[in-house]
Parts: sequence; structure tokens; C-alpha cells
Amino acid sequence: MNDRLPSSGAGRPRIPQQVTRLLVLFAFFVVALVVARHYLVPPTFGDIGHYRAAAIPQIAAQPVKYAGREACADCHPDVIETHARGRHHFVGCETCHGPAAAHVANPAEVKPRVPRERDFCPRCHGYDPSRPTGFPQIETASHNPGQACVTCHTPHAPAPPTLPASCAACHGEIAKTKAASRHATVPCTRCHEASDQHKDMPRANPPTKPTTREFCGQCHAKGADEKSGGRGLESGVGRPESGADIPQIDMSTHGQRFLCWQCHYPHSPEVR
Amino acid sequence: MDEPVTRDERDDLDRREFLQKCGVAAALAWVVNIARTEAEQRADYRAADHLYGMAIDPGKCIGCGRCMEACKAENDVPASSGTCRTWVERYVLTTDGQTIVQSLDESRATPPPVDEKKILRTFFVPKLCNQCANPPCVQVCPVGATFITPDGVVLVDKDYCIGCRYCIQACPYGARYLDPRTYTADKCTFCYHRITKGLVPACVEVCPAGARIFGELRGRNSPLARYLRFSKLQVLKPHLNTEPKVYYANLDGEVR
Repeated sequence: MNDRLPSSGAGRPRIPQQVTRLLVLFAFFVVALVVARHYLVPPTFGDIGHYRAAAIPQIAAQPVKYAGREACADCHPDVIETHARGRHHFVGCETCHGPAAAHVANPAEVKPRVPRERDFCPRCHGYDPSRPTGFPQIETASHNPGQACVTCHTPHAPAPPTLPASCAACHGEIAKTKAASRHATVPCTRCHEASDQHKDMPRANPPTKPTTREFCGQCHAKGADEKSGGRGLESGVGRPESGADIPQIDMSTHGQRFLCWQCHYPHSPEVR
Repeated sequence: MDEPVTRDERDDLDRREFLQKCGVAAALAWVVNIARTEAEQRADYRAADHLYGMAIDPGKCIGCGRCMEACKAENDVPASSGTCRTWVERYVLTTDGQTIVQSLDESRATPPPVDEKKILRTFFVPKLCNQCANPPCVQVCPVGATFITPDGVVLVDKDYCIGCRYCIQACPYGARYLDPRTYTADKCTFCYHRITKGLVPACVEVCPAGARIFGELRGRNSPLARYLRFSKLQVLKPHLNTEPKVYYANLDGEVR
């Protein structure tokens, strides 16, 4: 560009000196702009659009923390099978167990959470008026208070505890009450014996009721065998974790003159 | 391989020979090209082949807040309630004609704002960045730190953002926040690091109610495309012409 300046002799009019100076200055600014742009604009800016193209792989390189339910199936096919048949089949594993990519990478040392606390499940299943109609919800205050949800419900394939149809067909009110009570997992036959005739002529052949204080005392007397609390329950589900969960009283001083069910309602026993 | 003739040879070639060589060269180039694109597809992700979107079914949302929790864990979002990439709103329409909108707290249960007897109808609406095809936030960014990727996701370049907050003001959906640690704008990325690996965004992964459906907008065989075919859809604030790629099914007219 500069060699144009001295060559301005011969036929053409001479470029005035001030214009030459301005041109030099202009050239300087152009060069300065190009240099500044080279250093200030990031290398990949404008490769795809008006932005730094390198930002895309940078954002895409962020570590993954939720592995996705497919990753769980590789090692836990048994749980996946139970889960696939239950009502929670569309609920992802990590919805309850938390981010598990670290566990997938290092199964031995990193363990995902196993939520057993009572306040965990009500985040979805506690009553809330804004939840869709028909979504299973409970009143946490009155629904078997104090017990962990897993005592009665298997989280991988949950179902409400049911009574045998042969009892619940007529005693629906009791079935409903008991299902949400602390005695939810105690089968009807634990306390009642019904003869076959009871179904044909219920009034003439009433089932038995516990007649002694000692019957309830098997679980609720002070010092009763801790394991007796689990006796008669279906295996696994419904077994209280330890005898300490069962309220126990001193039989010699606690309401000696009455049978237990004269003061307490066994189908929905009150809580401490 | 791709040059069938050279300048020196030109005089010696007749037309037939020239055309033959051209044909061979073209066939070779085609084969090589096919092989290369297949290898590329296996090896890395081609953004131009994808266009992502999300559908939300507010009728299924149970307001459990697992999506908010998962989003914060996955994307290392600060715990404060003002910084959320996705959030859930509770709409309460009262019998006296009021509409109350309440944002849920992901760390604990949020009770409804009015007595239940005064509620006419109420529901949850999950919200997030709408990943607009015509995003106002990208328009206003003075430095080009926020942009729309070839696969249709609006992202923020944290290293280039100057924290001027124009985009936060410009977003009609309130989907952006200022990261209090870096003083740069931040927002939902559709979990870009997950979707480019073939996973779904964290909120979709954990939603226990199936209220969020994620997938490809193009093509008929994605779960999203199927959902879009079978649902009555709405986008938020359609009059702003932002062309969101987050669709809401059977949305209540009160939702803004």
C-alpha cells in the first residue's frame, strides 16, 4: 500500500501531504485492529455462528452423574424384573436411589442411597390437592404413623397390603382401617379363627376373638420375645425391624381388670 | 486418486478414456466418502443430524420436585431457590377468581397457599428453558456468549459471558439466572452433556410420573414425535414468536 505514495508523480495529480498522513494513520489503525482482533477474539469464534465453537465440546464434556436406568439392568437383572412388573415400572432407579454414575464406575466402593426414611415416599405419595386425581396418596399423619413405608410396601413393586378376599368381602371397613394401621401386616388369622360355617351363617358361627390379656402380651408384654413380633408374618415384607418398634407394657400394672381390646382398638391401635 | 488426468497427459487422452477415468474417480470418491461418514457416525456425534425437543404433560406432574433435585445434582447448580434450571409451579385457582402461582421448594414439601375449601382447581406445571428456535436471549447477548447449537439447544459459554444480565432480562420465561459463584448467566442445557451421549436429560430420567417426554423432533420414531402426534399441544407465550421447542399438552388457559 505504501509504495503507491512515492509513485504519485508523472501524469497524475500529487496526493496532498495531509492525505498521505491520514492514509498512514488509517493503515496503522487497520493493522492495529487486525492484530487486536487476532488476540482478542477466541480462536474458534465464528466457526459455526456468532459464538465460540469450542464452547460446545466444552459443555458436552461435563461429567454425567445420573447413569440412566439401562445401566442398572446389567448388574441387577433380578430387581429390574420385579420392577418391570410392578406399578413403579416407569419410575427410574435413580429417582429413589439418587445419582448412580459413580456407583456404575466403582460398584464396590460407591453405594447409592437406599431411602428407608418415612418422609421419603410421601414426597410423591403424601396427600396434596394439586396432584392428579387418582394418583395414590396417603394422609401421612394417620397412615400407619411412625412406621417406615418399606415395612408394608415393597418399593420395587408396590401394592397396598391386602386382606384375604374371604375376609375383606364382608369386612371391608375393617380391611380398610387395618390396611393403614400399625397392625397392617398382622394377618386376620393371627387373632381370629373362623370356621368354614362362618361364611354360610356368620352370626351363628362367629369367629374367635382373643380372650386373654396374655394373647396380646405375646408381643406387647414387657420383655416379650423380640422375635415374636415377626411370628406369623409373611417373610420379608411386614416384619418389624426389631422388637423395639413394638410398644411393650408391664402387664402387672397396666389395666389389670380389662382385656386389651376393651380399651384399645386392635384393627387400628393408637400410637405412643 | 481424485485427479484423473494431469496437464502433461492431456494431449494423449481421447474423450472416451477421459470419461472412463472420470467415472472411476467419481466412484472411488463416493466409496471413500461413504466409508468416512459411517466411521464418523460411529466415532463421534454429529450435531446437525439431531433436533431436540421436550413435551410436558402437566396432567401427570405430581409436584414431587425430583426433577429439580436431579437437575441440581447433575449440573452442579447452586442450592439456593433462586437458581433453578428447571422448577415446578403450583397453580391454584381459587373460588373467588384469583390465580395463585407458587414455586415449589425442592428440598421440602410446599403446602398449598390457600385453604383447600377455597380451591376451584389446582395443578402443577413443570417449567424449564423453552429452547426457543427464535430465542430473545441470544439476540440480546452483546458478546455472543449465548447461542443456539446446530442441534437446537440454547447454550451459554461460561468462559465468554461477561455477566451483563441482558439475557436474564430478555427471557420471557424467566428461565435464566446469574450463577452466584462465577457471575455468569446460566440456564437449562437440556443436559447437553447427556443427550450428546444418547442419554435423556436428568429431569426426564428421574420423573416418576412420566410427565416429561424428551426426544428428537425430526423423524417419526422418537418417543417425543409420537407424543406430539397424539396430544393437543400448546407452547408458553406463543404470541411472542419465540417458537419454543418445549411443548405442553392439555395446558390450562391460566398458565403463562
